[in-house]
Amino acid sequence: MHDFGNAFLTALEMIVRLDADLVEIVGLSLAVNLSAVAISAVIGFPLGAALALFRFPGRTFATVLVNALMGLPPVVVGLVVYIMLSRAGPFGVFNLLFTPGAMIVAQVILITPIIASLTRQSVEDLWIEYEEHLRSIGAGRRFTVMTLLWDARFSLTTALLAGFGRAAAEVGAVMIVGGNIDHVTRVMTTAIALEVSKGDLALALGLGLILLVLSLGVNAAVYLVRGRARYRAAA
Amino acid sequence: MADGSREPATILPLELRGVGFEAGGIPLIKDLTCTLERGPITAVIGPNGAGKSLFLRLCHGLIQPTSGTVHWGGAPDNPVNRQAMVFQRPVMLRRSVVANIEHVLAARKIPRSERAPRIEEVLERTGLARFATQSARTLSFGEQQKLAIARAWVLKPDVLFLDEPTASLDPAATHWIEELVLSIHDGGTRIVMTTHDLGQARRLAREILFMFRGRLLEHSEAEPFFDKPRNDLAEAYIAGEPLWWRHGETGTLKRQKPKFRNPTR
Ligand SMILES: Nc1ncnc2c1ncn2[C@@H]1O[C@H](COP(=O)(O)OP(=O)(O)OP(=O)(O)O)[C@@H](O)[C@H]1O
Ligand SMILES: [Mg+2]
Repeated sequence: MHDFGNAFLTALEMIVRLDADLVEIVGLSLAVNLSAVAISAVIGFPLGAALALFRFPGRTFATVLVNALMGLPPVVVGLVVYIMLSRAGPFGVFNLLFTPGAMIVAQVILITPIIASLTRQSVEDLWIEYEEHLRSIGAGRRFTVMTLLWDARFSLTTALLAGFGRAAAEVGAVMIVGGNIDHVTRVMTTAIALEVSKGDLALALGLGLILLVLSLGVNAAVYLVRGRARYRAAA
Repeated sequence: MADGSREPATILPLELRGVGFEAGGIPLIKDLTCTLERGPITAVIGPNGAGKSLFLRLCHGLIQPTSGTVHWGGAPDNPVNRQAMVFQRPVMLRRSVVANIEHVLAARKIPRSERAPRIEEVLERTGLARFATQSARTLSFGEQQKLAIARAWVLKPDVLFLDEPTASLDPAATHWIEELVLSIHDGGTRIVMTTHDLGQARRLAREILFMFRGRLLEHSEAEPFFDKPRNDLAEAYIAGEPLWWRHGETGTLKRQKPKFRNPTR
C-alpha cells in the first residue's frame, strides 16, 4: 500500500512537470488514435450510408458482417495485420511493420466497423423520414448521402466517440504490429502493460491517469459542444 | 416567379389512364382516369382516406401505379425535376430555415450565385424572413407549412402539388397563403392541391376532383360543382353529411354533362 501511494505521488509529479517520456508517449498515442478515427470516418460514414440506402446483392450479408466485425478481437486483427505487413506478406514492400503506420492500419480495421454500423443505423432512421422529400426534389445518390450524413451529424459524433474509445483502450493489436518500441511505437496502453510487467508502477499509473482523463475529457467536450449545437438545430 | 410573363407549364398535360394502386394486396386507388390540362387551379377533395394524398404521389411519381399509366404529355426529359410537392406533413431538415431552402436549390444544381436572390424572394413572400436563421424544427407548425411552400416554390416548378397547404394555419395565415397560391398560379405554375376547406376550394379552384374510397367520382368545373354536384356522394359530402353507410362505393350520377366524361363509367 505504501508502494502504491508512492507510485501515485511520483505519477502526479511526472504529469505536473510534463515528463518528456510521458509527453512523447501521450502525443504518439493521440496521433495514432486520432488518425485511425479520422481514416475510419472517411471509410465508415459513406460505407454505413451505402448499407442504409442502397439495395444491392449481398446487402444483408454485408450488414451482418459489419455488425459482427464490431466485436473483432484486437489481438487477432494485430496478428493478421502483422502477417500482411511482414516482409514476406503481400504488403511487406511498404515496410510498415513496427511503425506508427502499422498501428494506424490495425486500428482502422478495428474501428471502421463500429463507425460504419452506427452510421448505418442513424442514416437508415433518417432516410425513413426524409425519403419522400429527397425523391421529390430529385436529389441524386451522392447528394442524398451527403444530406443524410450531415443531418445525422449529432448521432455520428457518437459513432466517432465509440471509435475513439475503442482505439484509445486497445492494446493487443498495437502491441503486435507496433512492437512497443521506445520512442517509436510506444503508446499509452502498451507502455502501461510493459511498465507494470517491469514493476515500474509510477509511469504506468501516470499514464493510466492520463488515459482516463483524456477519455473523460474528450467525451465531456464532445457532449457539451454537441449538446449546445443540437439544441440550436433542434435535432 | 415575379415575372408573370413566364411561358405556361410545359410538361402538361398529365394523363392518368386506368390507374390502380395497391399496397399489401389492398386496392387503394381504383381505375382512375383523368387528364389535367394547362390552366386553372385544381382542388382534389373528398373525405379522409379517400386517396387524395396517394393521388398526388402517383401524379408526382413518388409511387408507381400497380396498373394503368401516368403520363406527362409534354415531358421530354425527367419530369420530376419540373414539379414540386408540399407534403401534408412536411419534412424539416435539421438545419436553419435558409439552409432548408438552399438545400433544394442545391439538389437541383442551381448555381450558388443564383441561390441567394431566389431564397430572399421566397422568404420575403412567405413572411419567413425574420426566421431565416432559426432552426426549421423549432418553427411552429404553421411556420413549417410556410417553409414547405417556400421550399417548393423556390424551384419555380411547372407543376406544384400542395397537399392540404393550409391545414394547420390560422385564418389570417390561411388567407395569406391563398393569396400566395394565386400569385404562384399567376406566375405560370400549374397548381394541383387537396383541401378539406370547401370555402378554400371554392375560392381558389376552377376545377374539382372529388374522390371517395380510392375512386375519382366526379371531375367538374368548380362553379357547377359547388352549385350542384352530379354525383350524389359528392353532394352529400359538400353538404357535410356522413357518406359511408348511405351510399354504395360509387354513388349515382344524377345528370350528365358533356364537359367532362364520368371516369367511373
Ligand atoms: N402504404 C400504405 N399501405 C397501406 N395503406 C395505405 C398506404 N398508404 C395509404 N394507405 C391507405 O390509403 C388510403 C388513402 O390514403 P390517403 O393518404 O391518400 O388519404 P387522403 O385522402 O389523403 O386522406 P386525408 O384527408 O386524411 O389526408 C387510406 O385509407 C390509407 O390508410
Ligand atoms: Mg392526405
